[in-house]
Amino acid sequence: MALLTLLAAVTVAIVRQRSLFGVVVLAGIYSFLMATLLIALDAVDVAMTEASVGAGISTVLLLATLHLTKTTEMSPINRNWLPLLVVLIVGAAVVWGTLSLPPFGVADSVVHQHVAPRYLAQSIVETGVPNVVTSVLADYRSYDTLGETTVIFTAGIGVLLLLRGLRRRDDIGGGGES
Amino acid sequence: MSLDLILRIGTKLILPFILLFALYVQFHGDYGPGGGFQAGVIAGGMVILIGITFGLGTAKRIAPQVMVERMVPLGVLIYAGTGVAGLLLGKNFLDYGVLGHDPVHARELGILLVELGVLITVSGTMTALFYAFVERGR
Repeated sequence: MALLTLLAAVTVAIVRQRSLFGVVVLAGIYSFLMATLLIALDAVDVAMTEASVGAGISTVLLLATLHLTKTTEMSPINRNWLPLLVVLIVGAAVVWGTLSLPPFGVADSVVHQHVAPRYLAQSIVETGVPNVVTSVLADYRSYDTLGETTVIFTAGIGVLLLLRGLRRRDDIGGGGES
Repeated sequence: MSLDLILRIGTKLILPFILLFALYVQFHGDYGPGGGFQAGVIAGGMVILIGITFGLGTAKRIAPQVMVERMVPLGVLIYAGTGVAGLLLGKNFLDYGVLGHDPVHARELGILLVELGVLITVSGTMTALFYAFVERGR
């Protein structure tokens, strides 16, 4: 609960902060809080990812982006209430959706009845890997992980092409002048 | 390179431990938390730390840009290639059970190969993105 309160406080601070450098630092704090929360939920793998990607790599990349652009956010020109309304409605719908979820951590809810018991029981016999998270990710659900890797590949190539493609055109322009 | 001494020596001191931790997360992923993705990000983070502290040139000497950019598709190819190997040996795509004599060992091997593919793609992508961003800023 304390963590959630801190998360909310950091979120409000991010929204109110106009200096984008401050926003990047606060986003890093948010990621570390989130990682702590995920450890509290016993999801160590996700916490590790959140700490390294969310707080580490994205902070570096955001700072690099700030180096390329301006570091202060412009104050809004006009106050538009429609986005707030949309956000409130969508948020209310999400909260309404969680009301019909089974209580947190209940063993006999639907998701724990389908294939999870088989994975838990058979993982060590079938794959010889004691960590069920790894055997599910890399063996039983390998298609999904292949898809994820392809997503990282595609996203990386896309960003590289965007950054490099612009650069090459600049270089050609620069070469013509000199 | 007018960065202060403490930062540079401190970075040098922790670099081997970061790399060791990345390898631990990669190869101990079968027993503890972690796996290719986390290890890849940690390894990429190590190169980024070198780049921040010692400059882009040093980072590129350790992890050359050409190599890093080839790692991005190479990992996907290793992953998909493991799947195709299962296909060629007469089972389904990504069915590792045929990669060795003993199905259990074969699946362990398959998981190892697949995680290696994820490691290569993720660390390559992270480092390549860092290089691309820094070069744009020049």
